[in-house]
Amino acid sequence: MSSTDGTGPPDRPTDRAPGPKLDLGPVGHLGDRLFAGLARGSGGLVVAIVAFVGVFLLALAIPALADNNSSFLFSRIWEPGGDNPRFGIAALFYTTLISSIIAMVIAVPIAVGVALFTTYYSPKRLAAPVSHAIDLLAAVPSIIYGLWGILFFAPILRPVINGLASALGWIPLFEKPATDNLGVVFTASVVLAIMILPVVTAISREIFAQTPVAHREGALALGATRWEMIRMAVLPYGRSGVVSASMLGLGRALGETVAVLIILSVPNGNDPWNSSIFAGGETFASKIANNAAEFDSPEKTGAYIAAGLVLFVVTFLVNSAARIIVARSGPGGKRPRKNRRTGDKAAQTEGATP
Amino acid sequence: MSVNRLLRVGTVAVASLGVLALSACGSDPEPSGSSSPGGSSSSAAGGDCPKGTLNAEGSSAQKNAIEEVISKYNEKCADVTVNYNPTGSGAGIKQFNANQVDFAGSDSALKPDEATAAEKRCAGNPAVNLPMVIGPVAIAYNVDGLDKLILDGPTAAKIFQGTIKTWNAPEIAKLNPGVTLPSAPIAVFFRSDESGTTENFAKYLAAAGGGAWTGEPAKKWTGTGAGKEKSAGVAEGVKSTKNSITYVEWSYAVDNKLGVAQIDTGAGAVELSAESAGKALAAAKPAGTGSDLALKLDYATKEAGAYPIILVTYEIACTKGLPAEKTALVKSFLSYFASADGQSSLTDLKYAPLPEETRTKVDAAIQAIS
Amino acid sequence: MTTLAANRPAYDGKTLDLTGKSGARAFRNTLATVLIVLCFLIALIPLLWILWTVVSKGYSLLLDANWWSQSQRGITVRRVGGGAYHAIMGTLIMSLICAAIAVPIAIMGAVYLVEYGKGTKAAKVVSFMIDILTGVPSIVAALFIYAVWITVLGFNRVGFAVSLSLVLLMLPVVLRSTEEMLKLVPDELREASYALGVPKWKTILKVVVPTAFGGIITGVMLGLARVMGETAPLLILVGYSKNINLNPFDGFMGALPTMINQDRTELALEPAADRVWAAALTLILLVLLLNLLARLIARFSTIKSK
Repeated sequence: MSSTDGTGPPDRPTDRAPGPKLDLGPVGHLGDRLFAGLARGSGGLVVAIVAFVGVFLLALAIPALADNNSSFLFSRIWEPGGDNPRFGIAALFYTTLISSIIAMVIAVPIAVGVALFTTYYSPKRLAAPVSHAIDLLAAVPSIIYGLWGILFFAPILRPVINGLASALGWIPLFEKPATDNLGVVFTASVVLAIMILPVVTAISREIFAQTPVAHREGALALGATRWEMIRMAVLPYGRSGVVSASMLGLGRALGETVAVLIILSVPNGNDPWNSSIFAGGETFASKIANNAAEFDSPEKTGAYIAAGLVLFVVTFLVNSAARIIVARSGPGGKRPRKNRRTGDKAAQTEGATP
Repeated sequence: MSVNRLLRVGTVAVASLGVLALSACGSDPEPSGSSSPGGSSSSAAGGDCPKGTLNAEGSSAQKNAIEEVISKYNEKCADVTVNYNPTGSGAGIKQFNANQVDFAGSDSALKPDEATAAEKRCAGNPAVNLPMVIGPVAIAYNVDGLDKLILDGPTAAKIFQGTIKTWNAPEIAKLNPGVTLPSAPIAVFFRSDESGTTENFAKYLAAAGGGAWTGEPAKKWTGTGAGKEKSAGVAEGVKSTKNSITYVEWSYAVDNKLGVAQIDTGAGAVELSAESAGKALAAAKPAGTGSDLALKLDYATKEAGAYPIILVTYEIACTKGLPAEKTALVKSFLSYFASADGQSSLTDLKYAPLPEETRTKVDAAIQAIS
Repeated sequence: MTTLAANRPAYDGKTLDLTGKSGARAFRNTLATVLIVLCFLIALIPLLWILWTVVSKGYSLLLDANWWSQSQRGITVRRVGGGAYHAIMGTLIMSLICAAIAVPIAIMGAVYLVEYGKGTKAAKVVSFMIDILTGVPSIVAALFIYAVWITVLGFNRVGFAVSLSLVLLMLPVVLRSTEEMLKLVPDELREASYALGVPKWKTILKVVVPTAFGGIITGVMLGLARVMGETAPLLILVGYSKNINLNPFDGFMGALPTMINQDRTELALEPAADRVWAAALTLILLVLLLNLLARLIARFSTIKSK
């Protein structure tokens, strides 16, 4: 208990805290030592794995980066290997980021909406099958999202693309190239949004369902409308959960490989760079996957691994930002968890096994 | 209690999977009885059947051919399992040299440094390039109402280089008199993965383009357009995009019902067919000397009725140095591949069979493997 | 209880209807309801569409007993026949090995974060590393295992190598969701257990983990669903075989995603296209089966723990 207690929130009712005395006994047990050791070992193993992956990838990437004759961060040329290796990630970086951002902008609000619908709006009888169906969609392999996306879904996006391009085409971001190619960043983004929707929904739903009954009923008893109850009790309670669900979704969008690979067309090396979301592009992951079959020299492989490392760093930065947001939201976001009453258990089992 | 529960979870999971596995005790499908096993004509191919598993990897251009041949080979030798992974020529050579597969498929013969690595893998014996499958490359297009399109080397080079930008450009119109061409921009699709098809097509454009093609032929595309992944990707791109064009293996163009351009080599327009592709191959010369069978294609051929854009895909195998049991498997399978029986099944799949003269040489090289 | 609560606001809104403010509140409430229902409908369209595409195009092959009992040996893309037995078994073998490695580490890691290391610097480091691991693209995980397993250790490409790379992908998913679920277990339960003199490890094993069991299982399922559909590691770490191979330590091995990948290049051909959708449907059904199993277990165990 000492570890849990020491970091407990200040508002915790101290008179109920059992103090370290009760705790000292159990810790002495051999079983406790073993178990704690196992837990710590697992934690340490995670750290070791990541460190090993990181060090290893760095070791492979550094020689290639040292030989690079072009600015790795600011060039958009990609010609690794050979006598004059030149490669830069500017274009990859842009496409990866813009496609994931568009996917998040589309998916997260909808996912939160769906999660709220299944937890607090839909009739009980509907909520369970819908939740199951959405969980099931997380099981659809990404390769199928890719095939479905380009073969069936992309054609209905054509009017959307044309509409957006004619309305906003004066902004470079929405400028449409002359050809009618559908394998563009926008298509990939929408499909990515559909792909991450089940993940974000499933986790948000779990969290929303755990909102303490006391909070909800309290809000309602004060005369709050259903929406106000959600805004005052459910959303603050679930905020950190939604952020971490979104993070998982973003991680998936940033690193999604096969679906993006199938959908996106790749610009050739001669044309000037096109920042439009209605042009083709390559993300880090699709670039690596597309060329994975031809990693025939360490220099070449190193260049792709360097790109993979950048994807690493980007994801990590995004995650850190999300963590800071969660931390800033402060005790308000965290407090309800600690003060949960045992009555919540009923709500939890309700949510887990509808 | 929770340990019990975990055990229960495990038991239920294992039991249900066990039921699934047992209820459907797996087997291989019956061979399709289209041709009689152990037919007389195939007895020349390798004699007795060995037993075992053969793993190969490489060029995706020969995937359909080798799958068909594996299927027919299994009718004859049911105890041999042959796996072919169509991951690309570079990957095939890499896996072969890394001792991961028993032979490799590649759209180009081993380059000197690759050959050195291959020699190491074959315990100090050289590896051999065996030309095995000829795949014509089609210039496939999708333009409404355009049933027939004639292109020549320079025009094709300009289209794929990006100097001709619209369908009604005078160069195209001149080659297609009396045809209404749209004024739409040409959407070019290219292979975004490194590909032997790209390399061979670029070699054609460089040789026959009359200087209009500026890039150095390589597995990576240097021309204009939008890239899609693999042959399936470019075929899909052309299919779903109006006024588009690409280069792709013949079978993909046919399967996706795309238009295939005829090529004017200077001796009239040539339609793509097994014969016209075979004619171009007959004009090919051996690139190496002695037992090296690598071929040098004449992309700028002006021979009447020869379709110039073809690619030869090779099987790369050790001449010596594999374990005896693997050697027997490699020999048995490749002999069948190079046999008249094996080659005859390829025409239906839009490949061209090896000319008899080359086939005999390849067969001799396979028999020399020990 | 929820239904009761849900009925209340409408009533409250009416009693407060006299002031202008409450009109705005009622309007906002209605607007939110409309928006949330709309979100749900918008989300439903593509999701149902994908399912419909896969089911309608894939179901016919699944009705054939051969699909469940035969391999694809000797079946080329132009030929009908054969089944997905080799791929189903490959997928099951590789993902179950992965789960057997990843789930214990993930659950113990989460136990560490929530029960032992909470708030400590070490826990922050672990948590941080999991965030990084979450961002590892499957292709990078595969490359990493390729370099370790094949380049450094000199082994062949086999199913087990795929399992190892899938561990990297499954670990953070299961760990994070388990962590969230453990955090939600009320401290009162722990305190009650300690008060009875139950040692900490027994408290965790018998009170904390069982309470969060349903959520943990959901996390495991999400993780399994993710790794079962992964394609990139399969492409790099094991060759696809159309033949039956049940040994994860030797030889090429089929799997459903690579089976889809093989035939997707020939979607213009009907036999191949049928197999693509049928393999996809099989994969989905497989995950559904595991899901139902998990829910059953979760419900079963929750009742028991009461």
